[in-house]
Amino acid sequence: MSRKRTYAPIEPHSATDHNEAPTPLTSDDPEHQSNIGLEYMSREDLEEFGREMDGVRQRVLDDLGQADADYIRRVIRVQRALEVLGRIGLFMPFFLPAFIAGLALLALAKIIENMEIGHNVMHGQYDWMNDPTINGKTYEWDIVVPGHDWKRTHNYVHHTYTNIHGMDKDIGYNLLRIDNGQPWYPNHRFNLPLAFVLMLIFEWGVMSHGVEYGDFRAGRISEEEFLGQKERAWRKIRRQLVKDYVAYPALALVLVPFVGWWAPLAVLGGNLVANVIRNIWTFLVIFCGHFPAEVQTFEEEDARGETRGQWYVRQLLGSANISGSRLFHVLTGNLSHQIEHHLFPDIPARRYPVIAPEVRALIERRGLEYNTGRFGRQLFSVAHQLAVFGRKPSDPYLVAKSPESRALRRAKREEQARRAEAEKAARMAA
Amino acid sequence: MGVIRRALGSRAVASFTSPHTIDHYLEQIHPLLTVDDVRARVVEVVHETGDASTVVLRPNGAWRGFVPGQHVQFGVEVDGKRRVRVFSVSNSQANRDGTFSVSVKAHPDGYVSQFLHHELTPRTIVHLSQAEGEFVLPDELPDQVLMLSGGSGITPVMSMIRTLRDRGHTGDITFLHYARSRADEMFSDELDALADETDFRVVRIYTREPEPDAALEGRFHVDHLKHLGVDASDSLTYVCGPAGLIASVRDTYEDLAATDQLRAEYFKVPTVDLDAADATGTITFDTSGRTADNSGATILEQAEAAGLEPAYGCRMGVCNTCAVKKLHGAARHVVSREVQADTDQTIKICVHVPVGDVSVAL
Repeated sequence: MSRKRTYAPIEPHSATDHNEAPTPLTSDDPEHQSNIGLEYMSREDLEEFGREMDGVRQRVLDDLGQADADYIRRVIRVQRALEVLGRIGLFMPFFLPAFIAGLALLALAKIIENMEIGHNVMHGQYDWMNDPTINGKTYEWDIVVPGHDWKRTHNYVHHTYTNIHGMDKDIGYNLLRIDNGQPWYPNHRFNLPLAFVLMLIFEWGVMSHGVEYGDFRAGRISEEEFLGQKERAWRKIRRQLVKDYVAYPALALVLVPFVGWWAPLAVLGGNLVANVIRNIWTFLVIFCGHFPAEVQTFEEEDARGETRGQWYVRQLLGSANISGSRLFHVLTGNLSHQIEHHLFPDIPARRYPVIAPEVRALIERRGLEYNTGRFGRQLFSVAHQLAVFGRKPSDPYLVAKSPESRALRRAKREEQARRAEAEKAARMAA
Repeated sequence: MGVIRRALGSRAVASFTSPHTIDHYLEQIHPLLTVDDVRARVVEVVHETGDASTVVLRPNGAWRGFVPGQHVQFGVEVDGKRRVRVFSVSNSQANRDGTFSVSVKAHPDGYVSQFLHHELTPRTIVHLSQAEGEFVLPDELPDQVLMLSGGSGITPVMSMIRTLRDRGHTGDITFLHYARSRADEMFSDELDALADETDFRVVRIYTREPEPDAALEGRFHVDHLKHLGVDASDSLTYVCGPAGLIASVRDTYEDLAATDQLRAEYFKVPTVDLDAADATGTITFDTSGRTADNSGATILEQAEAAGLEPAYGCRMGVCNTCAVKKLHGAARHVVSREVQADTDQTIKICVHVPVGDVSVAL
């Protein structure tokens, strides 16, 4: 079913040595070599760098065991307790401090469930435990995005084609202009207010991301696939809405005689605010992971034929860390170690802070930048980027609807058609 | 309790806990407090022979009981990793004290069976499935019944025969068991008592160290049936044991035109040569019912070569889209070269090659 999908101009399964994890994009042209990272080191050093990174990953994998299992179970235990306490607190709208505490706890529970548990489990970080309740294949999280479709857009598309224009849809989420490589459209003037709205409704944005209407219209995915995405999304939305906005408020009807007619509304409002707090937090963490100023993006042409070392270089140049306390890291699902996460997406996230010093040393020894900063600094950087790239660029080639850009796109299309034609002819000849 | 359990398992409750299940919350109060997940506490580990043991278990309320002859998936957690194997229930169904037991012979390479025999301690909590399997006694037994077992294949048959004993069954039961030697035989004393106390005919044949005055010896042969006066075409026959025993019983029954009387069950011990670099064995795609000779490629590639279209993403072991349950057999990670040999284990099929016979849920 996935065979029709062509996110990559390079078929995913044409990758040589695809059995290695993680592995670079390869080119159909064996002569073509990627130039990623060459400004920092020689091709030999890139190979060596790749081997060093593989070594770090392998050492962690060899060491997985009871401590990792105990950790994730402890997180789950705390999360469940927070959630139950939060729900209880929200059932005390007659006592404001309890109600506010309940709201805060529920928001906190949802954050932990989405970040440290859901995101990481669905990366397959704990699949080695062979426990069906925390298995990446089956886990479903407390958010309107169905896990199945999120895993495709996130684990596969975003983590494989990280920060490659035209392939990684997480660059600006088809809504914002966050990088100079994106063509400018007039709606980008509203970059900052749009980002603010997206922040409040982030779970819905991510959900719509997984229903690829554009790809369906363009014939990149089959109708069957698209209808499946839609159905899964509706089912998940229904469940999430029923839980937070019907079931719990309905349960609060028993409070009406004691508290007043507004008790169910208080519960409903509390759930809504908890969801929004979670949205804001996840939005901020994720935007700080990829959109601060120093983070680099790539063209498809750059990445083609990349080696394993170059794959690592692309991942780390495309990510930024946030420094902070241990609790802060847990609340971000350790995505504050976005660099480590992108280098090694499938090792348990609690290991990221542990290997961070080693990774940083290896990176800096090669003259590469290890992009890290306080939350405030990274946030400011993201906001600044949004403001700067929202303005109309002076270069007409960066403006999507300028005559110059149109001509360029036309030329590209023709070139592509010609290439496809030539390939077809070559195949026929063979 | 039944009502509460049903209520907790209802869709109404699920709408409050979605996307999780009620068990995800209840288990935080107590690990045995679950509605759907079958779990049990180990009561006792009894050593039967040098390498076989019986584990007595007290299951939680999710357990729906068993029929003699059925097996159960048995999961223990070691080093944070759950390892699952299938073991036969061995006790009598007439047992009413809320426990049941599985009997296991430690396989030299069997991680779980070795763990059970040497390290499992009382009070440990284990993860189970409901009892499953079609190798069971019918409600009404015919007059003539033959039970045939070899080695550790005795366990499901033991459950059947203990149940029949406790029910005071009076029909004609012949129990023919093959073991290497008496020292290697499970339940020896109980079998002796069974022969004395009941009308069941209990015959044991020790293939390596026969008893001095044994009337029968060697591996299963049609003469053994003749000697015992068993009419294969008129005896409902249960056979459980190694593949060799089942094959020769099946051949014999075919010759006697009695295959409709035969009920067989074998334990799948993966035929694994962990060091083999070459491709051997057969890959079975369980869901679609297809098989193919192992070509040595990854399971994903072999599935596609067989015309299947499993979901996949990166094909490089990153995205976890292709993760599928491996039902039996072993698979080797192409990078780490680590071999995964557990039953019902989820693997990324894009980075695993089969080692010998493998069955996957595709």
